[in-house]
Amino acid sequence: MTLELVIPDPRLAVEMRGIVRRFPGVVANDGVDFDLRVGEVHALLGENGAGKSTLMNVLDGLYRPDAGEIMVGGQPVEFRSPRDAIAAGLGMVHQHFALVPTQTVTENVLIGLDRPRFRIDIGRYDDEVAELAARHGLGVDPRARIWQLSVGEQQRVEILKMLYRGARILILDEPTAVLAPQEAQDLFRTLRSMVADGTSVVFISHKLGEVAQIADRVTVMRRGKVTASGIPISETTTAGLARLMIGRDVVETIERTPFDTGPVVLSMRDVEAESDRGLPALRGISLEVRAGEILGVAGVAGNGQSELAQVLTGLRHCSRGSVTVNGVEVGNRTPRDAINEHVAHVPEDRTGVGSAPNLSIADNLIMKSYREAPVSRHWSIDTGAVRRFANRLRETYSIAAPSVETETRLLSGGNLQRLILAREIASEPRLMVAVQPTRGLDVGAIVTVHRLLLDQRQAGSATILISEDLDEILALADRVAVIYEGRLVGLFDAADADVAEIGLRMTGGMASRPPEPGDAPRIVP
Amino acid sequence: MTTSAPAHQPDRKPVRLPWAILLERRLEIPRWLPVATTIGAVVVALVISGVILWFAGGDPIAIFIHIVRSSFGSLGVLSDTLVMATPLILTGLACALAFRMRLWNIGAEGQFLMGAWGASAVVLIPIVPAGTPSIITIPLMMAGGMAAGGVYGAIPGILKAFRGVNEIIVTLMLNYIAALWIAYWVFGPWSEAGFQLTAQFPKEAWLPRLSDYSSAVPAFSGLTVHLGLIFGLVAAMLVRFLLFRSRSGYEIRLIGDSPRAARYAGINVARNTVIVFALSGALAGLAGMSEVSGVVHRLQQAISPGYGFTAIIVAYIAKLHPYGVVVASIAFGALILAGREIQPSGIPAMIQGIILFCLIASEVVLRYRVRLERRMA
Repeated sequence: MTLELVIPDPRLAVEMRGIVRRFPGVVANDGVDFDLRVGEVHALLGENGAGKSTLMNVLDGLYRPDAGEIMVGGQPVEFRSPRDAIAAGLGMVHQHFALVPTQTVTENVLIGLDRPRFRIDIGRYDDEVAELAARHGLGVDPRARIWQLSVGEQQRVEILKMLYRGARILILDEPTAVLAPQEAQDLFRTLRSMVADGTSVVFISHKLGEVAQIADRVTVMRRGKVTASGIPISETTTAGLARLMIGRDVVETIERTPFDTGPVVLSMRDVEAESDRGLPALRGISLEVRAGEILGVAGVAGNGQSELAQVLTGLRHCSRGSVTVNGVEVGNRTPRDAINEHVAHVPEDRTGVGSAPNLSIADNLIMKSYREAPVSRHWSIDTGAVRRFANRLRETYSIAAPSVETETRLLSGGNLQRLILAREIASEPRLMVAVQPTRGLDVGAIVTVHRLLLDQRQAGSATILISEDLDEILALADRVAVIYEGRLVGLFDAADADVAEIGLRMTGGMASRPPEPGDAPRIVP
Repeated sequence: MTTSAPAHQPDRKPVRLPWAILLERRLEIPRWLPVATTIGAVVVALVISGVILWFAGGDPIAIFIHIVRSSFGSLGVLSDTLVMATPLILTGLACALAFRMRLWNIGAEGQFLMGAWGASAVVLIPIVPAGTPSIITIPLMMAGGMAAGGVYGAIPGILKAFRGVNEIIVTLMLNYIAALWIAYWVFGPWSEAGFQLTAQFPKEAWLPRLSDYSSAVPAFSGLTVHLGLIFGLVAAMLVRFLLFRSRSGYEIRLIGDSPRAARYAGINVARNTVIVFALSGALAGLAGMSEVSGVVHRLQQAISPGYGFTAIIVAYIAKLHPYGVVVASIAFGALILAGREIQPSGIPAMIQGIILFCLIASEVVLRYRVRLERRMA
């Protein structure tokens, strides 16, 4: 007698068939198929909102699928929680970490496990964790407390947590979004060694470059559907993937008119400032930016970029030096004084600083203009004028939302950044301070942001573009300043900048002697 | 694939129920949902209270009917309910305003007492000579009450804004200081013949009541509703305007949602902290004034049965909306009033407590979609 048997493919670690998952108003996954082979890195590529994270949250047991089936190791599974998933050897590292800042690495790794029941012999576990970390090249001190660690190290702790629980399948949700380029390379090395060990990895990303670098195969999603399923990376081209991802050709031709030298808008002289922890963060920064110019500030994260932006916008005091905008001192004043001098700020932290998540889009759009007519008259706010103002910006900058009364937290990353840029540009900036303006955005939104920044340059505003994305800086900036450990260690004309030279200086490669306080910034050429 | 054994397997199997409760974060909260969950929570609370009453040997339906009848059943008791609601409206607004900015003012009780003291001081020190007409005395008492409450409220505001002191602890402790301050004055300088209360205020210091007009409108006779209710209603309108139609209100809401975003928008958070605390204290102080001038007509030790604490619940039930505060205050006024009718009088307090528990629990329904799902074996 013949029995129809579905023989599971032994090479498949995960098989998902016909996954459907709906959210109010959207079908986040619309009949998605996905498979993961043992010992491969499978990239899941797509724009923000394409349904990548949803699909993996379904796999991890965080969401229940509305339809479809999932097999892990050839067995049909129905995970009710990530706890079920990890029991089957499947662990996910989310974009936002779930770590307890005041506890040590080991304690965080052990969280939620039944052993040890009483944390007496924590030392023994320290050794276990250290050994596991060493085996996978995840350099992190098990006795360090989470708050002492960099974001990259915290991510390693999350991976360790999963490995310690026996994960053989690892899902990483946009792991490089929070990492500096060097840290990303370290992560890739770790992933390679783990894969060689038989671990299987799903790598969610919307960055074409890194997908090409790390993945064995790639599945592309767009608007909840798969547009390319598990194609070997060798058979793809960057342009082809981009087309599958956004459904049209991306030709990002940045048209830049030659830089027309205007008057000096921003002038910084010997500015020093401390970080939140009271350590020197800026050590004598001097620079000038002219109207109609974009100055790119390149550097690896944590070399003083955040503090630089905060000093310029009045959010941080400087311990020495002066900051003037159009000749008016704004250093050591309040954020209000900077706003009055038309200093616009596109902050690094869009949800924590750049917007109030539970207030409406309209309320967020008037953050910089609520003190002036027509939005307010004396002390009262004209709600009609607010609505007109907000609707005008929503249309001009194509902020996709049902209405301006919608809560801002419901906006996607790209739309939120459009909202922030719309508001800042509406304040008619003389100086625009843009920090990581495209981090975490999809290709379409990046193009919009770049265009808006260039329009501002055209309109004659001076712009400081602080970014860790060197390509972005080289594409947009007229001049490139390199920041390293709170000092400017190089200043180049973007037209004839040498990428290798910039990269070297970003990593401190040119310092022939340990820098000392009071060093004059070395300006090249 | 071969699933290698995890490094650490759980020691014990969790107990599996045949079904599981699943919570999913809501992406969007429909407009009607907050109102629906509030009403739902109150209904659930009444059912739970009913079960407890039933176990205790009472007839829950009869008790609830009795509560409604004794607080809304006639013009007379309705008037009494509104008298009870008046201080709750003002203190509830005080809490709602502060809570909007995430300032946890637990000190409305103390600010209420200081407001009562400040208003009493106008006639007892006396600041105005005896026989001064109402038209001068009453505004001065209002100013005195609001000033005393406002200054008392500003203390935790200043400490928080400039020294980072936790406002919950400060406001809580200040309640005790205010109670003892009142005790000192009513036992000492202002004591009438050694009793722990002051002399009755002159008629000019009384807020007009409906019953004062019973000679013109006979139906008003015996109705104790006083002008303080109008203070409460006007204050609710003003607070609504302040929060949703003014620049300061915009700043308050922005700081409440994200202090870092507010600083980024150029808002002086410290200044707003002091102002909002002072305003909150002034509202609670006005409640104290309205109580001594409209109801008790003297200052005495037991002037508040905990209005300032009930106000926290009221503000919470109202979802911090000024008009919601008015509605919730009337409901709570009714419960307090019924407490005098029902034996033992702890029952309304129990119902209040259960309502609060259910409301807090209902937040889950507001934020998450709850699904009950059968487990497969």
